[in-house]
Amino acid sequence: MIRQALRMLARDWRAGEVRVLAAALVVAVASITSVSFFADRVSRALVRDAHQLLGADLVLVSDHPWQRDVADEIARRGLQRAEAANFISMARAGEASVLAGVKAVTENYPLRGKLRIAPAPNATDAPAERGPARGTVWLEERLVSALGTPVGASLKLGAAEFAVAEVLTLEPERGANFFNIAPRLMMNAADVPATGLVQTGSRVWFYLYAAGDPAAIAAFEGWARGRLARGQRVDNLESGRPEVRASIERAQRFLGLTALLAAILAGVAIALGTRRFVERHLDGCAVMRCFGATQGRLLSLYAAEFLLLGAGACALGCALGYVAQGAIAAALGELLQASLPAPALLPALQGFLVGLVLLLGFALPPLVQLKNVPAVRVIRREAGAPNSSSLAVYAAGVAALSGLLIWQAGDAKLGLTVIGGFGTAVLVFAAVAWAALRLVSAAPVARRLGARSMALRYGLANLRRHARGNAVQVASLALGLTAVLLLTFTRNDLVDAWRRSAPPDAPNRFLLGVQPDQLAALNRFFAERGIAAPELNPMVRGRLVAVNGKPVTEADFGEERAKRLVEREFNLSYAERAPAHNQLVAGSWFKPGARELSVEEGIAKTLGWKLGDALTFTVGAERFSAPITSLRTLRWDSMKINFFVIAPPALLADFPASFVSAFHAEPQHEAALNELIKRFPNLTLVDVGAAVKQAQGIIDHMINAVQFVFLFALGAGLLVLYSALVATEDERRREAAVMRVYGASRKQVTGSQRAEFLAMGLVAGILATLGAAAIGQLLARRVFELDLPPSPELWIAGPMAGVVLLSLNAWLSARKVLSASPALTLRDSV
Amino acid sequence: MPGEAVAIVGASGSGKSTLLALLAGLDTPTSGTVELDGANLFELDEDARAELRGRTVGFVFQSFQLLPSLTALENVMLPLELADREDADSAAREILAHVGLGERLHHYPKHLSGGEQQRVALARAFVVQPKLLLADEPTGSLDAESGEAVIALLFQLNRESGTTLVLVTHDEQLAQRCTRTVRLAAGRIVA
Repeated sequence: MIRQALRMLARDWRAGEVRVLAAALVVAVASITSVSFFADRVSRALVRDAHQLLGADLVLVSDHPWQRDVADEIARRGLQRAEAANFISMARAGEASVLAGVKAVTENYPLRGKLRIAPAPNATDAPAERGPARGTVWLEERLVSALGTPVGASLKLGAAEFAVAEVLTLEPERGANFFNIAPRLMMNAADVPATGLVQTGSRVWFYLYAAGDPAAIAAFEGWARGRLARGQRVDNLESGRPEVRASIERAQRFLGLTALLAAILAGVAIALGTRRFVERHLDGCAVMRCFGATQGRLLSLYAAEFLLLGAGACALGCALGYVAQGAIAAALGELLQASLPAPALLPALQGFLVGLVLLLGFALPPLVQLKNVPAVRVIRREAGAPNSSSLAVYAAGVAALSGLLIWQAGDAKLGLTVIGGFGTAVLVFAAVAWAALRLVSAAPVARRLGARSMALRYGLANLRRHARGNAVQVASLALGLTAVLLLTFTRNDLVDAWRRSAPPDAPNRFLLGVQPDQLAALNRFFAERGIAAPELNPMVRGRLVAVNGKPVTEADFGEERAKRLVEREFNLSYAERAPAHNQLVAGSWFKPGARELSVEEGIAKTLGWKLGDALTFTVGAERFSAPITSLRTLRWDSMKINFFVIAPPALLADFPASFVSAFHAEPQHEAALNELIKRFPNLTLVDVGAAVKQAQGIIDHMINAVQFVFLFALGAGLLVLYSALVATEDERRREAAVMRVYGASRKQVTGSQRAEFLAMGLVAGILATLGAAAIGQLLARRVFELDLPPSPELWIAGPMAGVVLLSLNAWLSARKVLSASPALTLRDSV
Repeated sequence: MPGEAVAIVGASGSGKSTLLALLAGLDTPTSGTVELDGANLFELDEDARAELRGRTVGFVFQSFQLLPSLTALENVMLPLELADREDADSAAREILAHVGLGERLHHYPKHLSGGEQQRVALARAFVVQPKLLLADEPTGSLDAESGEAVIALLFQLNRESGTTLVLVTHDEQLAQRCTRTVRLAAGRIVA
């Protein structure tokens, strides 16, 4: 039987019957595998790159020196180890003395990522191969100008003197704790004893960094967590950098989504292709049944033929996908700024499986119709016309494919959303297309026009006559076009919106410790220098003491993060209105004069708070209680000031507060900012520019990766368009032949097809525009948490694309129809 | 009777094609039985009928019913392949040469004339050496000259292979060349 199936495959291939189908499958599997190969490699690289922001894969932090056995364990497990100590100290040079955030590091710091240094302020920087040598320090630019110590000068730190060797321009870890950072002074860890600054009782944070094989890191993390003493914690990517994690998750969703889209579109193309195959094989099957082929024999022959086709096409697709991902990686090598890990085998396996399920899921239901062809069709042709495939017959295939796709996307919610949305879109498209085509053909205007032109009358009549088939075709066209529009116009809008979420004018300075009586003077200071006064947020430090009247201590919580949150003072703020970069997700914002609290969703989850819980805080000697009436989500990557707990002014305005701000300073404001610190010595100004730059670099990096992956889905969308266009070609050719036999002129034949195609193109274009706009909005809000402004270009391009595409198709199809003799066309189709 | 040729004649809609479909077990009757090679066709299920048909019946259709994606040779090989015959290729070549198409083995149906296509169909029908050959208006799509050639070939093959021939036609002259004529009107045998 395999031999017969192979023979059939060879003959169908030669006759061009399965080439389109095979091409669809190859492109589908190639796009799926290259997307997953590439996405897999990129996301592994992204996770690795993100570790650079920690400076390691795992960071252990302690407020007292680490036990030697923990440090030794890192080396014992074959992991890399680096160490650092952080403390605040006064750096002196001549008359000047400035509070510096000292970081004493071993020379191999950091284990992930690179420090960047420059020979002078504003000079071009370069990555540093190792940390500061003994006897030297690296200073952040702001410290260089505040101390007046360029490279080559010397400064005193505690009891020791150091030479300034470099200007430190980027420190991967920077940005994790803005509030505690004074300008950075980096030195060699071996020099710390000479300074005499680290003694019992000194406030020093000790860091242990580990990097290496992920499994070994995970094992070590588990081991270390079991040995944490009070004041010690483990930072990994999850706990360390929420803003980075948010970006990575977003990129992964973007990639996963694109792969999903490509796969589903390929499914549609295959379903359309197989339908055509079946329609063209009905007669052959009837003949074979006459010759004694049983139903089971026919089904297994065709199933075997398709399986052979599928295996070949999937293998070719996997190979192509592998080559393509390599090409993408090579092309993006510069942009990725990181070597990618080697491709894993899993994506190939997934691609192959998805391809086979695609083929069987979408090809088997129509193929089964072949087995049901009654043999009597050889005598009475009208017997055994294929049922217009109802969606129900695809249910099993769709279910299997959905399972595979969700597995591949690794995100059930996203997978279900996309598949559910796609399914709904198919139904809505088909229903709307059916109604719209009937409406168009019956519209009074059309009738009046039709009265004057025979071609138009026939074209419009065809719309009605083929309402069902045309609706399927229009819906398929609209799907393909939706994908194309989504991946061109909407993609650009999404990418722009994403970029805007970390705009070049994102805040790069934090200003802390502004006293209420300094507000006026501060605003004046900025106004006199022509700098826009930054928005200042009040901040009241309070300690959580009770929830719903029950006293709270850190012992009530198991999770490390919860313990830390409860142990420390909360930064409370007050405001009349919700901050623009926050989003209310539950409850409602403060009623005027009410005593309420608005809490960040994540912290509420960590600490087990719900809407309606009453929190009690002490501020100094006083205490206050208020219920939680709303939950907010924050944009961690907005670089703006975020507060976990916000109260209305009525509740907090009477407590002692200081003000904080995040604002954007241009390079030319540097001198003014130094003057600001001199004028208001109690203020702390933190430069987070480097951290912002780093975050923007990551986003740009991810956008590049995502854009490339889009091209494949675009290819799949085009394939659907093609399959939808050729789906009814045979039938139209027969009809045109009949029209010509009865004396229709070329003009009349082309005219009637053009009228029909134009109406279909318009409906498909409008549907696709609506679809792309709706999906774009859904994606922006639900998945990417971005605001997407409506795009006028889309509304012009979408319908036009539909009309132009179908006009072109009408022209091509008319050429084919008219070039064949009507007699031949009819005889072939009897 | 083996070697006998029966013509079924009647006007359009008289039930000729229905009778043919019933004889081949392609259709099922509301009442009555058809025995083929000793077996009651309608006591068999669809698949068993198909197998019986494959063993005993050959077909020739008005519209030829050649598979457009197969060459002349492959079209003739098809029933042999379905019966898993190892000699499909040689048997098909032989009979095609016999019907005068030995030079056109690798032509597709669309590159053959109507008469040639029907000759391929005849070769396909006789290549399995059926006991019964059902022909449905075999000349209906052909001009007079090609029609005559096809009919001559049909009777020649019928004689050579001792096949029973059932011929549906509305051509009285053609009917007279058969041993027996069954006349249908409004679904009933009238003569």
